[in-house]
Amino acid sequence: MSNATGQTPGLRYPSNKKTIYDRNLNRSKNAELSRAAFAYLFVEMISYAQGRARDITGLEQQLNNQGYPLGIRLLDLLLSRSANPLASIRPTRILPLLQFIAQTLWRHLFGRPADALERSESDPGQYMLFDNEPLVNTYISLPREMTQLNCAAYVAGIIEGVCDGAGFATEGVSAHSVSEQEGESAAKALWPGKTVFLIKFKPEVLEREEILGRG
Amino acid sequence: MVVFALFVISKAGGLIYNREFHSGLSKLTSNDYLMLAGSFHGMHAITKQLCPAPSLPAHPSSNAAVLAPSPFSNRATGIEVLESSHFRIQCFQTLTGTKFLLFTEPQQPNIDSMIRKIYELYADFVMKNPFYTVEMPIRCEKFDRALDGFVKVRS
Repeated sequence: MSNATGQTPGLRYPSNKKTIYDRNLNRSKNAELSRAAFAYLFVEMISYAQGRARDITGLEQQLNNQGYPLGIRLLDLLLSRSANPLASIRPTRILPLLQFIAQTLWRHLFGRPADALERSESDPGQYMLFDNEPLVNTYISLPREMTQLNCAAYVAGIIEGVCDGAGFATEGVSAHSVSEQEGESAAKALWPGKTVFLIKFKPEVLEREEILGRG
Repeated sequence: MVVFALFVISKAGGLIYNREFHSGLSKLTSNDYLMLAGSFHGMHAITKQLCPAPSLPAHPSSNAAVLAPSPFSNRATGIEVLESSHFRIQCFQTLTGTKFLLFTEPQQPNIDSMIRKIYELYADFVMKNPFYTVEMPIRCEKFDRALDGFVKVRS
């Protein structure tokens, strides 16, 4: 595409020489985004990831990578915007971090808090965050050959970014559709898109948590 | 109000979606459905040629600037309604050429709003689905469920 005559290539600045860094951080605090606009963008993101991945795990990893930078930036933004100045330091214990994710982050992204937060019984370093109906999956119907895929891997990437940014290294955050079990078949029918985010922390994080818990 | 069936025909004339909501209809093979859709598509194209010349917009004699003639405001359309004593077919053609055929009972109010709503559901659960290729047969679970919810609630 040809440039207009006399225009230099590269980023263009508005005439008052203000960039995005000069904007007030709270300017977009209550801004709303069209759900349809996000849905179409997400469709393209998934197609792009599909082109670079060879299988379903690779596709979920691509989506995870796409969400990761968002998590790091959102952590700082949401902490700086928190109403109580005493609360605007990053969480140092696991439980406050997870509550920050389940409440503040979820409310910022989806307008409602996450539905449940549990600690896994079998593995003390693994935590589970439940969402009955992830917003990113609203318009997605999975084809029959891809039922193991969950596109909320994008949100899992955001969560991983937040955890890493706060200093809690994870082995990985993954999104899984809740499978039908004996007692849960009724629950699944009510929320067919129910998703669980598995957050697995690294051993050094668990050690640190234990030391902090003791002292 | 009773809806019998919904057909969606692609731009090329192929049937991409068919669904029956009423149990009393006689069974047809899938080939029959394809033939029905193809015949309707052909008939629609022929009737579009037969459509009388659209009337020009009234008096561009006012002082307002005359806009360039838009191809959309007075487009000739093909057959829109086909009514018999047992059923009524309404055809809604989108700007992109996709046709929605709704089969209902003859005295059925509010068909326009129903078709609009079905078009909305199509735009949501089919077009925003990353695993759907345009003009291919529609296999979207959420579209089916949303249609069920909408048609069953109304009837």
